[in-house]
Amino acid sequence: MLHVVIGAGPAGVTACEMLRDLDAAARITLISGEPEPPYSRMAIPYLLVNDIKEDGTYLRKSENYFPDHQIDVQHISVTAINPEDKSIRFEDGNSLDYDRLLIATGASPIQPPIQGIELPGVHQCWTLDDARAIAARALPDTSVVLVGAGFIGCIILEALVKRGCQLTVVEREDRMVPRMLDNTAGGLLKRWCENQGITVLTNTAVNQIAEKKNKLSVSLDNGNTITAGLVITAAGVRSNIDFLTGSNIDTDQGILVNQYLQSNQEGIFAAGDVAQGRDFTTGGFAVQAVQPTAVEHGRIAATNMVKPDSLSYPGSLNMNVLDTLGLISISFGQWMGNADGDSVVLLDDAQYRYLNLQFDGEYLTGASSLGHTQHMGVLRGLIRSRVPLGIWKKRLMDDPTRLMEAYLGSVQSLV
Amino acid sequence: MQMSLLIDAGKCTGCVQCELACSLENEGIFNPAKSRIRIFTFHYEGRFVPYTCTQCAEAWCMQACPVDAIAYDAATGAKVILEAACVGCKVCTIACPFGTVNYNSDTGKVIKCDLCGGDPECAKACPTEAITYVDADQTGYERMRAWAVKTDAGSTAIA
Ligand SMILES: Cc1cc2nc3c(=O)[nH]c(=O)nc-3n(C[C@H](O)[C@H](O)[C@H](O)COP(=O)(O)OP(=O)(O)OC[C@H]3O[C@@H](n4cnc5c(N)ncnc54)[C@H](O)[C@@H]3O)c2cc1C
Ligand code: SF4
Ligand code: SF4
Repeated sequence: MLHVVIGAGPAGVTACEMLRDLDAAARITLISGEPEPPYSRMAIPYLLVNDIKEDGTYLRKSENYFPDHQIDVQHISVTAINPEDKSIRFEDGNSLDYDRLLIATGASPIQPPIQGIELPGVHQCWTLDDARAIAARALPDTSVVLVGAGFIGCIILEALVKRGCQLTVVEREDRMVPRMLDNTAGGLLKRWCENQGITVLTNTAVNQIAEKKNKLSVSLDNGNTITAGLVITAAGVRSNIDFLTGSNIDTDQGILVNQYLQSNQEGIFAAGDVAQGRDFTTGGFAVQAVQPTAVEHGRIAATNMVKPDSLSYPGSLNMNVLDTLGLISISFGQWMGNADGDSVVLLDDAQYRYLNLQFDGEYLTGASSLGHTQHMGVLRGLIRSRVPLGIWKKRLMDDPTRLMEAYLGSVQSLV
Repeated sequence: MQMSLLIDAGKCTGCVQCELACSLENEGIFNPAKSRIRIFTFHYEGRFVPYTCTQCAEAWCMQACPVDAIAYDAATGAKVILEAACVGCKVCTIACPFGTVNYNSDTGKVIKCDLCGGDPECAKACPTEAITYVDADQTGYERMRAWAVKTDAGSTAIA
């Protein structure tokens, strides 16, 4: 069996390992569009603050890991897929045949349509190459404008502050991390950042970036202009599906997949940021673009590549954890609530502590929090188990911090 | 022989000896809040339940780690944090559906039960045998595994 995996991020690498586990004799080729050994984008912020070196970002640490597992890693871009003759084509014109194909090409940052976005000194923060460019410019006391305070923007924010940069964050929407936190939590996070000397401008957009005496001049729609040494854009991501044009693989936001993570084309699967897979709590199909989903996808797709239709998949639970200069925020599933569902909120404004649980009838379906770090994974257990909470719903409504007790009492029937 | 922690909550009196022993062994201080095993109190039922990582087969934490900082210890079956590689991203803390790997803000890394390398202090400290370290084939372990499976209401294999 010839297994070909395009993309050497967490989805692709996890899939190759699973393929190897399930099919000792298979030939496995892993293709990366980047020159480095397979690495984790998530680790880039820690590289930027010198907590780790570049090799600390590598997904697998031992030097001969891939050869030792008979996984053939190639560094070259794929430009086309031809399901009819089961082959893929590379940028150098060569092609490669496959029996089963996994597309795990991830996503790329969206370039906001701002005049001057292509100027030197304007960067995105997505690859190791980007990280090197940012490290060269983000020196102590450099004025940096971060365009976008979404999940990725907030992750880089901390690294820039720790590097000693003077930071201004510009966010078009009315709060920070709008896809993860509600008004209350987003507002608290903003106040937290401002108290640490960061300028946070919400409801504000960048109109234009211009070059001025070796610096960048960033014009905002509130009429102000900021002079910066570096502009970083983090305005959302988009699945890497452009190279599929003409392949007859169905796409929407990402590659459309069924419960086995197979595309509409027999033998072609998709996983990770490129796949529009099922969402556990909504039942709909979405590109979640987070690490745990990429890994889960990789495992499930690989299992079905070896044994067709063997592992059905109810969907990934969307979840995020974010550390913004020591204030930790977490969100799970339907954190924004369910129509007609009950909810409970615990807020300690002065201590930046917030906990919000969302129920659908007797089930917990979502949660978000600030400042809570202990046993928070149990929210995943509570949501995914789909066990009716019974008496524990009322107890959680009375005291939402008793999550472990609710889990042990309801799911594991330990009391 | 693979050993595992067996918890018999019915025998627990809530004396927190296990928490103290764990925090002393791993952090060098008597501080239940720093323990990897925790006692949960059920006021209405008048019960105490000690709970920690079951070293679950799925190892959600290990799978989710982006930098290979959680390793499988073949001798004990434990999933062990490699402090030098851990970047403190906390993804494992939301990936473990049992809530048993947690962030330690003092070190900027995460902590979880590693079975003390095969000689768990909590089991030795427990005066009532609510926590024992036993042959993993015993039925109690199977029961713990069954709970783990219930929580993994995720993917269902049909082949
Ligand atoms: C700075 C930063 C911080 C992040 N922090 C978090 C976090 O804290 N938590 C979290 O859950 N997520 C985080 N993420 C998101 C997370 O990194 C992604 O969800 C994850 O990397 C997705 O994995 P993937 O395997 O689908 O894709 P990717 O990791 O993007 O890998 C895609 C692979 O495909 C290759 N490729 C693409 N196109 C081609 C082509 N045409 N031919 C050949 N190869 C190709 C690429 O070179 C790469 O190897 C962060 C991302 C960034 C950038
Ligand atoms: S910490 Fe959680 S996910 Fe990791 S091995 Fe233990 S129980 Fe499993
Ligand atoms: S906190 Fe450490 S061990 Fe946990 S996922 Fe992140 S790097 Fe891995």
